[in-house]
Amino acid sequence: MNPDLIKMIFGRLNLDALPLHEPILVGTFAVVATGGLALFAIVTYFRLWTYLWREWFTTVDHKRIGIMYMILGIVMLLRGFADALMMRLQQAIAFNGSDGYLPAHHYDQVFTAHGVIMIFFVAMPLVTGLMNYVVPLQIGARDVSFPFLNNFSFWMTVGGAVLVMMSLFVGEFARTGWLAYPPLSNIGYSPDVGVDYYIWGLQVAGVGTTLSGINLVCTIVKLRAPGMTMMKMPVFTWTSLCTNVLIVASFPVLTAVLALLSLDRYVGTNFFTNDFGGNPMMYVNLIWIWGHPEVYILVLPAFGIFSEVTATFSGKRLFGYTSMVYATVVITILSYLVWLHHFFTMGSGASVNSFFGITTMIISIPTGAKMFNWLFTMYRGRIRFELPMMWTVAFMLTFVIGGMTGVLLAVPPADFVLHNSLFLIAHFHNVIIGGVLFGLFAGINYWFPKAFGFRLDPFWGKLSFWFWVSGFYFAFMPLYVLGLMGVTRRLRVFDDPSLQIWFVIAAFGAFLILLGIGAMLVQFAVSILRREALKDTTGDPWDARTLEWATSSPPPDYNFAFTPVVYDNDAWWDMKRRGYRRPLTGFKPIHMPSNTGTGIILAGFATVMGFALIWYIWWLAAVSFVALLAVAIGHTFNYHRDFHIPADEVVRAEEARTRVLVAGAQT
Amino acid sequence: MKLLALLPFAALLGGCDFVVLAPAGDVAIQQRDLVVISTVLMLIIVLPVMALTIFFAWRYRQSNTAAPYEPEWDHSTQLELVIWSAPLLIIICLGALTWMGTHLLDPYRSLGRIAADKPIESKDAPLNVEVVALDWKWLFIYPDYGVAAVNELAAPVDRPIRFRITASSVMNSFYIPALAGQIYAMPGMETKLHAVANKEGTYRGFSANYSGAGFSGMHFEFKSLSSADFDKWIGTARASGNMLGRTDYLQLERPSQNDPVRLYRSVDRDLYKAILNMCVEPGKMCMSEMMAIDAKGGLGREGLNNTLPLTYDKYARRGAPLGTEPTFVAGICSMDEIKDAPSRDVLAPLDLTPLRGVGLKRPPFSPAHPSSTSLLLGQRPKSDS
Repeated sequence: MNPDLIKMIFGRLNLDALPLHEPILVGTFAVVATGGLALFAIVTYFRLWTYLWREWFTTVDHKRIGIMYMILGIVMLLRGFADALMMRLQQAIAFNGSDGYLPAHHYDQVFTAHGVIMIFFVAMPLVTGLMNYVVPLQIGARDVSFPFLNNFSFWMTVGGAVLVMMSLFVGEFARTGWLAYPPLSNIGYSPDVGVDYYIWGLQVAGVGTTLSGINLVCTIVKLRAPGMTMMKMPVFTWTSLCTNVLIVASFPVLTAVLALLSLDRYVGTNFFTNDFGGNPMMYVNLIWIWGHPEVYILVLPAFGIFSEVTATFSGKRLFGYTSMVYATVVITILSYLVWLHHFFTMGSGASVNSFFGITTMIISIPTGAKMFNWLFTMYRGRIRFELPMMWTVAFMLTFVIGGMTGVLLAVPPADFVLHNSLFLIAHFHNVIIGGVLFGLFAGINYWFPKAFGFRLDPFWGKLSFWFWVSGFYFAFMPLYVLGLMGVTRRLRVFDDPSLQIWFVIAAFGAFLILLGIGAMLVQFAVSILRREALKDTTGDPWDARTLEWATSSPPPDYNFAFTPVVYDNDAWWDMKRRGYRRPLTGFKPIHMPSNTGTGIILAGFATVMGFALIWYIWWLAAVSFVALLAVAIGHTFNYHRDFHIPADEVVRAEEARTRVLVAGAQT
Repeated sequence: MKLLALLPFAALLGGCDFVVLAPAGDVAIQQRDLVVISTVLMLIIVLPVMALTIFFAWRYRQSNTAAPYEPEWDHSTQLELVIWSAPLLIIICLGALTWMGTHLLDPYRSLGRIAADKPIESKDAPLNVEVVALDWKWLFIYPDYGVAAVNELAAPVDRPIRFRITASSVMNSFYIPALAGQIYAMPGMETKLHAVANKEGTYRGFSANYSGAGFSGMHFEFKSLSSADFDKWIGTARASGNMLGRTDYLQLERPSQNDPVRLYRSVDRDLYKAILNMCVEPGKMCMSEMMAIDAKGGLGREGLNNTLPLTYDKYARRGAPLGTEPTFVAGICSMDEIKDAPSRDVLAPLDLTPLRGVGLKRPPFSPAHPSSTSLLLGQRPKSDS
């Protein structure tokens, strides 16, 4: 066939793009393909496709979308962690002339993918998922403001994840580090598809994140239950509000900077090139103007979770609610004034560096205040050490170390000697694992009974907890040490044999974390098997304080049969104290949004378009773009977008709950 | 018993070379001091928090019914005052320390002393070293001696070193932990670093910013020598047969990994300037020249035609799939004219007077034409037709 024609049809995609020469990848592909086929076979055998499509893929229910986000995050955690293990193994053996087992071409993709996946496709979906699930319940709403948009946002995130995963088996991923600094990421130095996978994976997912941010901001601002003024909002809702404000304000910057980079790569502009007036320093600034708020996007909801958990399990009001709220807001604002601390070493003047160093330190004041607030919430409480509380205490002890090393890195001259070293790696894993991930695990253990009606198994949960926490210390404390020995990040081979022992310890820590993840998966499985024994009939298994616990576990589609009225910032605690009785009569039909498949279809076209652009298949990009527009416009003519749950159905659901509550009270 | 269990770790720590904590250069020593002081300052607050966390968690556990329980207690103005002001005080101290330290240890600032007990003297003229980060090796040019080295850097002990740093293709970071903190090496741009080594010895230097496939091997030895040994080292370099001209540089610049040490007895005098201005390739317009033209209003529409197709773009000739063919701007002056052009020394070393609490001086800037200072830089004056 005519090679020009083949090129027109397939762009630069050809059989060489399949990594058949890399045995590790072929093996991985075999495992993934077998697993995927098995999953496909199971779903087909049990005829679940219709069920999945009707009840899950097309759902606009914030609870189901939240759960799907969590599943996405956990699946991607396995991929991101596999990358981490590969890196740890490589660094533990590449000594004394050994080249390790990963060639540079592969290793450089692994650490890039690890960073990208862990931030964008693990932490973000898990955080967004929890916010999606919990926020509407906490504010007494029936759903988010824009339920269809919510579904679309989720599928766009999945689309980005699909593109990143695809790079494993078709072509390659970026070999640039997770922020793809130019000039390295420019066409001159990275001509392959890797950076294009990076760009389009993030662009597609970024649309989802931005829209989901807008959605949650609107939800929190507009859909609060009567009586819930801003200063009566639960702290998790507050932190979610701030996080989503940050998302709305910062993700467009990411979109813009990646768009500029793609212009450089696709049409030969010179925004970030070395010559023709381009300047890579601009990219570094812009990406961190997004990148630093991103850190707070992740950690603020975790702070919210800790606030809820500490108050609940100490059986006590949260200490210093007002200062907690102001601390959150101050962090939100300050997070925009610190981006330059990621590159003190780029040659800014001393005054600029000191300004950004000091603003960074100032953030530690509200953060410290939060820490004290949790501490004094525990003070004179009755602390129940259930799993969420265990994660919280582990967080408090771990996070202060990470915060301390963070402030240390904010001192520019100290940063000059520690920047880009493994000390830095240890620091940000210390705050992201010790802060964000521990928070997410606390949140998962805390809200799981709400979402599924039964608790997570505590034995396997505790096992997972101890493996994770000890694994974290084993994996990252050696990196602090190595950083002080002047070892820099992203190295593939080492020639100083005295360093090896530390990498071996770190690899052992990673192995412990692997056991922690394994125990967590077992915990999910065991809990599902023992769901009758772990059942929560009350809807309020932890004797908690906020509105989500006022409804049943799992909540009905409509969340609350009657919109609750709020008098206190611990609304449900207040209702319990005042002897609240569930209304048993007077139910009315409930207005609900209808499911729609448009979200998944749109995201599908967007993903295809991304793929086509990555491989220069211009016709396919054009076709999918036109299809994207057509479906979007077509959707505006969809008039079947809502329905009413009839009153007698509400009555049936509520009566069923009454029976469960009565039966529960008798046992 | 628990302490005993920690013993092997202590032994491990004892066997390590904590170069960041025990450096050999005055700048790095001061940076180390800042690391230590900041850590101690923060520990003042971090340790009590950790202790309190454990204590409260233990004391107010559910099974301890002897402990007081106040479920409604959620506010105390005094406590709030303490928990906001204690970190605030620490940060004020740390902030002051940061401001002073950042200015004193600004890598662009000439050194004020050789060591804590050794003021700088007029005889201590700094050693100039021009550093170029290449794919994936380091080139050090000694303009004062006319020699150069790849992957080896030598300097006499107790003599200030003035590094001017650039890169040929992508971003790197120039870092010798024993000597001083790092600074990025960026193509088409120059960063500076001032440092001094106080102890003889051989130390490790490397790139601290990932730069591609050969990054792991991009390290070199920094030899801190007595002044006699340094002269000997220069002698060795002069005795080597290698010369580094522009064509040799273009050959050297091509990507290679784990390069051996190479010394050059002579270097093209303007090589560094040409690398910095990205015009080592013959016929390419230097950036300094381009900026000078632009500062005078640019070449106008005619300037668009002043490009030639690019035939060698570091690795291969390549452009964006939808863009025009890659080009470069052709030079209009001859090499000799560039050589005579005044050097772009806007970042001259500061005076050595003590700090007055202000930042760096602004580089002197005198516009060629008054209207070119308008916000729309590069806009040609209208009267000019």
